[in-house]
Amino acid sequence: MNIIKAINLVHEYIKRDEDNNVSGITKALDDVSIEVKEGDFVAILGHNGSGKSTFAKHINALLSPTSGTLIVDGKDVLDPTKTLEIRKQAGMVFQNPDNQIIASVVEEDVGFGPENLGVQTEEIWKRVEKSLKTVGMTAYRHHSPNKLSGGQKQRVAIAGVVAMEPKCIILDEPTAMLDPNGRKEVIEAITELNKKKNITVILITHYMEEVINADFVYVMESGKVIMKGVPREIFSQVEELKKHRLDVPQITLLAHELKKSGLDIPDGILTREELINALLKVSQQ
Amino acid sequence: MSIILDKVSYLYGQGTSYEIMALKDISLKIDDNEFIGIIGHTGSGKSTLTQHLNGLIKATSGHIYVDGEDIYDDDYDMKKLRGNVGLVFQYPEHQLFETTVFDDVCFGPKNQGLDKKTVELRAFEALYNVGFPEELFYSSPFELSGGQKRRVAIAGVLAMKPKVLILDEPTAGLDPAGRDEIFDLLKKMQQELNMTIILVSHSMEDVANYVNRIIVMDKGQIMLDGKPREVFKYYRELEKMGLAAPQVTYLMHELRERNLDVDVDATTVEEAKISILKALGEI
Repeated sequence: MNIIKAINLVHEYIKRDEDNNVSGITKALDDVSIEVKEGDFVAILGHNGSGKSTFAKHINALLSPTSGTLIVDGKDVLDPTKTLEIRKQAGMVFQNPDNQIIASVVEEDVGFGPENLGVQTEEIWKRVEKSLKTVGMTAYRHHSPNKLSGGQKQRVAIAGVVAMEPKCIILDEPTAMLDPNGRKEVIEAITELNKKKNITVILITHYMEEVINADFVYVMESGKVIMKGVPREIFSQVEELKKHRLDVPQITLLAHELKKSGLDIPDGILTREELINALLKVSQQ
Repeated sequence: MSIILDKVSYLYGQGTSYEIMALKDISLKIDDNEFIGIIGHTGSGKSTLTQHLNGLIKATSGHIYVDGEDIYDDDYDMKKLRGNVGLVFQYPEHQLFETTVFDDVCFGPKNQGLDKKTVELRAFEALYNVGFPEELFYSSPFELSGGQKRRVAIAGVLAMKPKVLILDEPTAGLDPAGRDEIFDLLKKMQQELNMTIILVSHSMEDVANYVNRIIVMDKGQIMLDGKPREVFKYYRELEKMGLAAPQVTYLMHELRERNLDVDVDATTVEEAKISILKALGEI
């Protein structure tokens, strides 16, 4: 079943001058159709300004489409009576952890979301406990968030969303401001949520390495979906990715270069192991 | 301009219960026209180190010599040092404040006490050098994309004509295209303007492609210092410090373990490609 179904979605940002006359229209989303199956890990790749964040903000009704249809968990985002219901089911995590943490103690921050949903106190604490455990931050529950590292803060932010028990979590470049350790921690926490809790994950990123294990990948540019497929299909089109100035993982790039130089190597190599095996096969020929 | 650090140590919160040794006995020599990457995970002391280089932080002990002069001497001209060593902080675009791009870039040289004509000439030159499109010179800096804003911020420092430019994570938060643009720009500045560029980063792969020298920091100390291929030889040690060598380094080592005679010191895709083709007898 599709938890998210976008059909021909268009979103226009209208720029007005001082006299309120329209001075320009930017199509941030231009005829976007995206489907996400329940329980999937879907990645959306693209440059800054490609429309990926605009799309994300549509999923939990922070923005409304100019035209087109978007159904989230069976509800139309244009139906104002369903907005709260949609926000319960689609949680968002943003780029900067410092902008998302509000309480002075980690466990209170995580409890903020469910409290706002009107969940009973006893149940809130149960959820806080569970969510912190899921992201591996239980040891820090009584700490002050501002003493945590970037990766830890971001995991607290994720726990805050998990505590609201959404069906789907949208993460908008959650690792862009983190160091390699922090990035790894966050990606592991997200993967865990997806695999163990069966929460649908939509990861928006420009780090290619993070999407290798995704179930499906969409690539966006100038408000349009320009490529879609499983990671292997996407990464086998190295020239196309380079044309759009997207990063290709080093191993995939090297495999592609070697193939161009005449070696008999399959397309769309994603891991070191795959490349090593392919090279050993060549050397035995 | 040569910079020498002689046993520099720095304590944060000296005398309080929060005392932390951020730098421990750092000795270092930076020559003219180098392109250096300082790498370390969060809290390793890399940003603290860079802030010493233009006198923003004063070492708890040790000396820093710029062109042979001790910058901690009483009669040392700190203002001149700050003009010579430009520092671009993380997310420098947060510091843009003027109404137009051009005015923003003028701010630095204006504060150096230069006359209006020189200031404007410098601003123009700096914006030109960072490849900023002329038609946007008089637009608001807040209407620009992230990558463009960052160029403006770098131009603002460049307009003060520093000989050494230090950048703290200059590509953080930029997309791959923006990142490549900034790195290409820095390389160009090093080669064409003969500047020394020092950048703080935690991306090994980016750094391997551009810099001539890598300094690895951990717990306030310099752990490794050398050419990229020399530093990446210690990929196992790097891992222990929470860093990683480029993917290519791992691949080459694993190929060697499986008896393929490749150069394990290759650090870039290009080097790896040539080495693998050679090992397979293709070239």
